[in-house]
Amino acid sequence: MAAPNTRLDRDEIVAVRQPLTNTPQRRAMLGKLKRRPSVRNSLIALLVITLIGLCLPFFAQQDPYDLTSFSVMDNRMPPMSESFDGMVFWLGTDGQGRDMLSAILYGMRISLLVGLVSTALALIIGVSVGLVAAVLGGRIEALLMRLVDFVLGFPSILVALVLLAMIGRGVDKVILAIVMVQWANYARIMRSSALSERRKEYVEAAHNLGYSTGRVMFRHVMPNSLSAVLVLATVQIASAITLEATLSFLGVGVPVTEPSLGLLVANGFDYLMSGAYWISFYPGIALLILIFSLNLVGDRLRTALDPKRS
Amino acid sequence: MTESSLIAADRPATENAAESADAILEMRNLSRVFTRQPVLAETLLKLAGRAPDIPVLRAVRSVNLSVQRGEVLGLAGESGCGKSTLGRMMTGILPASEGTVSYEGADVATLRGAALKDFTLGVQMVFQDPYSSLNPRQRVAAILAEPLTVHRPDLSRAQINARVDAALEEVGLDVSYRDRFPHQFSGGQRQRIGIARALIVEPQFLVCDEPIAALDVSIQAQVINLFLELRRKRNLTYLFVSHDLSVVRHMADRVAIMYLGEIVELAPTAELFADPKHPYTRTLLEQIPSVRNRKRSFSTVKGELPSPLNPPSGCPFHPRCPAAMPQCSVDAPQLQQIAPGRTVSCHLYDKDKTLT
Repeated sequence: MAAPNTRLDRDEIVAVRQPLTNTPQRRAMLGKLKRRPSVRNSLIALLVITLIGLCLPFFAQQDPYDLTSFSVMDNRMPPMSESFDGMVFWLGTDGQGRDMLSAILYGMRISLLVGLVSTALALIIGVSVGLVAAVLGGRIEALLMRLVDFVLGFPSILVALVLLAMIGRGVDKVILAIVMVQWANYARIMRSSALSERRKEYVEAAHNLGYSTGRVMFRHVMPNSLSAVLVLATVQIASAITLEATLSFLGVGVPVTEPSLGLLVANGFDYLMSGAYWISFYPGIALLILIFSLNLVGDRLRTALDPKRS
Repeated sequence: MTESSLIAADRPATENAAESADAILEMRNLSRVFTRQPVLAETLLKLAGRAPDIPVLRAVRSVNLSVQRGEVLGLAGESGCGKSTLGRMMTGILPASEGTVSYEGADVATLRGAALKDFTLGVQMVFQDPYSSLNPRQRVAAILAEPLTVHRPDLSRAQINARVDAALEEVGLDVSYRDRFPHQFSGGQRQRIGIARALIVEPQFLVCDEPIAALDVSIQAQVINLFLELRRKRNLTYLFVSHDLSVVRHMADRVAIMYLGEIVELAPTAELFADPKHPYTRTLLEQIPSVRNRKRSFSTVKGELPSPLNPPSGCPFHPRCPAAMPQCSVDAPQLQQIAPGRTVSCHLYDKDKTLT
């Protein structure tokens, strides 16, 4: 079987585009993901953070939401100091006497929650809008895509600030604000990849077999145009967390009773000049690790999924 | 040759009308134009009263053709001449810009409900590229079962499975392949899956759009034989689109030659290959290499295929035609009958002309 070269090249490209359910590709992808130590470390960091977030009470020595568990007497103690009842504050305490390590762990959970939930919601909305625009076309497409342009035209921080100023604070409201500014990214990517997918012959075949538009859209076009959007989503989780931290830092994000990493940084900001650097510094480091890991993994995922690079 | 050309008629529809008694699909004055949407600036210009020039591509120009039940109609021509567009209009994938397609006597544009479904499923298509014609995320069993789950809710899961297995066997694939993904197959096997998918809804008419052009030469013969075998077993009608004249000769009962969106010659296969009438058909046939005289020198068709965006005046072939006359650049020839079952669109066969 001396197939011409073009055929072989083609087979390779087709193989890389395959769903991940297939072992050789999955193995190759995971291999590519693992090969670089920085990426491997990021993956480990993410796993650890997620694990800690899931079973927090086992790791945190204090519940920062429980006002009776800490004393204002312990306020602004430096790292490694001991409280009067013998507890060691590894990373010091904040202005209310809360253990910084516990506050960071709880804050990470909130940041991660906001990042994941808002990305998932934005993904669902964006994918639906992009898909409908690509498949239906015409006026509906023009209307939806101009709306997308409109949303993308504003700086996301400005839109989120205005929204939160109107509807107030709260984890759910922050999520809503992030979804409102991020869905348009997915819609645009989804539309373009669905448009290129729609021209392929298997979609023509699906129409020709008399399938309904909805079936063609969700069973045939969508599964094949999702990969680009999913890669974008991994990077967007990090940007959602950043946005949440920024909003909280500016004082319109999560409420003071449920501090996220951004709010912790903001709380410590007042003490920064008076030498209590740890209140801002350690939450900032935690935020950095979280976002850096997410970005590295997302970036590497994109490279691994791209047949032309890697 | 001379006597028969006296029957010439300038009404192309006469021949079709005579045959339409047993036509499965009939096309009348069928045209397809492609144009792009005006951009915002052009819409504004139009509102201001200065209509901009948006290029219009005439892929298929006023085709009259009927497909008889049970025959294999070959459709040949250079790439870009509109063969695939015509095939897609016949299946209903592409709507016609002008003219009508009639399926078993009824204009398909007016069909609704069950009649529309009959047409959609009755005319199926086998695609050119087996690499893009199968959904890469569906297993073979899912690809073949989906038409049945959609259109035959009366069938049980077991019945559908049985039909999927039967369809795989019919196209010569092992039943054990049913849980594989398309990328795990070779081009020829994928094309067989594509054929099985088209056949599972029990169509009467199969439009094959260059189904073997993307396959290895060694596989081409197998797939051609599969087509012939299926035709015999299922009494199918084919439109076989190809740019490979030897394949058309092997498969087809009648052959239509297309040039720049028009049908220039239509004849029974044997007659067309023995005695091509249209100068374009002649030049095409001269290009077929043969083993017997390998020292032959090839004279290429002079010039390039003109752009369908800007077709030549008069006869579309006149800039390249070896027999071009002054009249050809002015007057577009009509399809005319020159013998029973043979039509050609060329001024050489006009009835008041003495033939060379």
